[in-house]
Amino acid sequence: MNDFAHLLDRLAYEPRRNAKLRLLQDFFAGTPDPERGWALAAMTGGLTFREAKPALIRALVEERVDPVLFSLSHNYVGDLAETTALIWPGPDESPDASPSPRTRGEGRAPLGGSETSGSGGEGASKDKAHSESPPHPRLPPRSADDEVGTALSPQAGRGETPAIGHNNPPPSVPTLAEVVETLATTPKRALPQHLARWLDALDETGRWALLKLVTGNLRVGVSARLAKTAVGALGGHEADAVEEVWHGLKPPYTELFAWVEGRGERPESRNPAPFRPPMLSHPVEEFEDLDKLDPEAFSAEWKWDGIRVQLAGGRDNQGRQVQKIYSRTGEDISDAFPDLAEAITFEGAIDGELLILREGRVQSFNVLQQRLNRKAVTGKLLDEFPAHVRAYDVLSAEGEDLRGLPFAERRPRLEALVRRLDHARIDLSPLVPFTTWDDVAAARADPASAGAGADADAIEGVMLKRLNSAYLPGRPKGPWWKWKREPYVVDAVMMYAQRGHGKRSSFYSDYTFGCWREGAEGEELVPVGKAYHGFTDAELQKLDRYVRNHTTKRFGPVREVAYGRDAGLVLEIAFEGVQRSTRHKSGVAMRFPRVSRIRWDKPPAEADRVEVLERILARGEREVAPAAAMEASE
Amino acid sequence: MSQRASDLLTLTREGLYCPLGRFHVDPTRPVERALITHGHADHARAGHGTVLATPETLRIMAVRYGEEFCRARQEARLGERMRVGDVTVFFAPAGHVLGSAQIAIERDGQRIVVSGDYKRAPDPTCLPFEVVPCDVFITEATFGLPVFRHPDTRGEVRKLIESVTLFPERAHIVGAYALGKAQRVMALLREEGWDRPIHLHGAMEKLTELYKREGVPLGETPKVVAADRKDLHGAIVLCPPSSIQDLWSRKFPDPVTAFASGWMRVRARARQKGVELPLVISDHSDWPDLCRTIRDTGAEEVWVTHGQEDALVHWCGTQGIRAKPLHLLGYGDDGEAEPDPGHDPKMEEASA
Repeated sequence: MNDFAHLLDRLAYEPRRNAKLRLLQDFFAGTPDPERGWALAAMTGGLTFREAKPALIRALVEERVDPVLFSLSHNYVGDLAETTALIWPGPDESPDASPSPRTRGEGRAPLGGSETSGSGGEGASKDKAHSESPPHPRLPPRSADDEVGTALSPQAGRGETPAIGHNNPPPSVPTLAEVVETLATTPKRALPQHLARWLDALDETGRWALLKLVTGNLRVGVSARLAKTAVGALGGHEADAVEEVWHGLKPPYTELFAWVEGRGERPESRNPAPFRPPMLSHPVEEFEDLDKLDPEAFSAEWKWDGIRVQLAGGRDNQGRQVQKIYSRTGEDISDAFPDLAEAITFEGAIDGELLILREGRVQSFNVLQQRLNRKAVTGKLLDEFPAHVRAYDVLSAEGEDLRGLPFAERRPRLEALVRRLDHARIDLSPLVPFTTWDDVAAARADPASAGAGADADAIEGVMLKRLNSAYLPGRPKGPWWKWKREPYVVDAVMMYAQRGHGKRSSFYSDYTFGCWREGAEGEELVPVGKAYHGFTDAELQKLDRYVRNHTTKRFGPVREVAYGRDAGLVLEIAFEGVQRSTRHKSGVAMRFPRVSRIRWDKPPAEADRVEVLERILARGEREVAPAAAMEASE
Repeated sequence: MSQRASDLLTLTREGLYCPLGRFHVDPTRPVERALITHGHADHARAGHGTVLATPETLRIMAVRYGEEFCRARQEARLGERMRVGDVTVFFAPAGHVLGSAQIAIERDGQRIVVSGDYKRAPDPTCLPFEVVPCDVFITEATFGLPVFRHPDTRGEVRKLIESVTLFPERAHIVGAYALGKAQRVMALLREEGWDRPIHLHGAMEKLTELYKREGVPLGETPKVVAADRKDLHGAIVLCPPSSIQDLWSRKFPDPVTAFASGWMRVRARARQKGVELPLVISDHSDWPDLCRTIRDTGAEEVWVTHGQEDALVHWCGTQGIRAKPLHLLGYGDDGEAEPDPGHDPKMEEASA
């Protein structure tokens, strides 16, 4: 576990991709099975166990550390795992942050006796200086049993209430395999005990990595893709070769390592409906980007505002139909969409957008959101939010891999497949006809008039796909482009700022901003949202300085800044839509708000009004019906 | 009836003031009479009337501000009691940087100790901290959170030497505050057997020469010549923290960026600075030492000047010790006293 932790630690400090890759390769080459396989699983999100809730970690720490000190520390460090790792008392450390209060005077070191002075002469003169002052009646006399006093003080609290997991003899350092296997099998109530034992045994880096792992927050600047790249490189394979076999494998991936190291056969994918890494696009930043491209070489279609999915179907060795829905990252989400999964009656794989359709009309993302992240998939939910896929590509059909074909040849195969399926849940994403880039620009600006009709509100731009492009996993530069519609923007006034997390934990980087409305006592600013990106590091430094210089109140990590008609900083906020909110006083919340410009020049009195947002909301909300049956989703 | 502590020391716009002695301690603006704990720029400023400080601190101020940094200098010998106005004062080593001292102020059997910045960890470049028992102890709290536990400096310096062994072709650029930290890193490197030259950014030169004159052996410390930077393979180069991400440091061969600071204990701080090799070496007390020192002084009241005051004040409360934050402006960053690296390069040397 410590080896894995130190790998993660080094990765965290290493900015260069190639150096990260090198560190990963060295680790995989030098670490035995199954330890490296579990590490790979940890880095690719392949571990399933009951995650420890932050509250559990907090409770464990608070048995050992004063909750107030812990909370202040957490606030400062900005990361629960790291705070805990740093603050966790080592076996022989005196926990000065210990929660057990001590009576004054008990265990305090005797005056003047505990510190040897640097040089005899100076020490003597100091002692002389001290001896001239009268005795301090409050202070305990120098005592011979001071050692005892110290030994009895804060640690005594731990002795009396045996700290969970405080074993004798000291616990041994766990392997990652031990941690993962224990987590997978351990009942919930036994979890704190194991965790505490491991934390006692690990060093600071080990504790940090363990906590990141058990809370499901192992994000250390390494993508699953990079980890797979490193594994592939052990035997000169590309990452995509690893992706191809990936979905048939399970941690700790001993077959995979055997294969890449040339000690075993290529693992046969036993999964009849495997995930295939999707092809991604590059954004068109401005119209001029298109000048370099020939319109005749491209096909255009709508960019739907849903979630990207892959429908995969196939027959297992008993001849049963396997139906899988994968997210863009390869997560199996079939269980969340049984209504859609049953439509996968084909053998092959379709790339498309998951949308909610009602009476043939695509609903906005607001509506789709009611269906997402629900714990229970109820019949009511299925009825009210029927999931559909609008198909835009085919990756394989009837056992034939079509990804090598150009788009222009895949498209008719897709059309044929969708037609043959003839299923109400799966339809075709229509092409957008055009001759010039100006035609595309016009369609993007007004999808309704360019053929999208009533579905226009669910369109977030256009996709441009090179007609001769093969389906390449990853984000190759050139073949596919996404040209998103212009975001909405409002000018809002900064009201509160909060320190960020992680890398930004010493910067005020999260800003709550407000718009004007008519309040009980006249015009007032009311918070409408919060944004924490969209600015450069240099702008962040300026914003942070602004916050510090204009603070009017502090609430823990949050500062209120000066705002009003004459004082305040205007932020131009770009966002993708508006939803109703019970959390914001204004009653509205934005989707993907970000700071698009800092309006150092603009008087706050000229910032926008809440009504601007309400109008955008009203447009999207008409579709959230059937309103009567809707519950407020929290 | 004995006087109250506030008769001995109060807070003014300029900083801590002793009305009975008619002097300030570490004032942040020019005053008539100043007692200075140590030579860092946020504590020792130019333009005072009379300055009373240790001889080393006075010489540090002269190097930084020129010989005319004040009208009159007065040397304080450690442990020697002096009458100033209606009070008695004496200086005791603080272990922070060369010449750093705590200042004890006494009258009628009551003693307040202004500790300035201090540390308890061993430092080959200055005298160790001495506990001065007192009624009121005025402490810093730069690292006043229990997450700060500074490791043994030897291990940190070895990390640096091992990295040079691992990457003999790369220059190792170590950010360190120009007064104190830089010289301590040099001395620690020598203790660990690094006998090759330690290259210095120009901003380090004068103070390093002063340390040598004061009898701290630091070995060969050539100044980096701009034209030679590209040839310094495997060299250890010390520069001010603000320079580690400068163009200046990019001219070295494939530089490894290191930073010697107590802040490096927190990953986010290291990453903010783009540090690849964090070295947790601090000239301030870590949390256990802050707590230990407060206990050792036997003070019944603690005032916290700057840093993470809240946590330390809270801890004192749990120990039955009265404590209050002073919210001293001018030390550290902006009154919040969170002098994180990267915020204000001018204040950097004060902050770790």
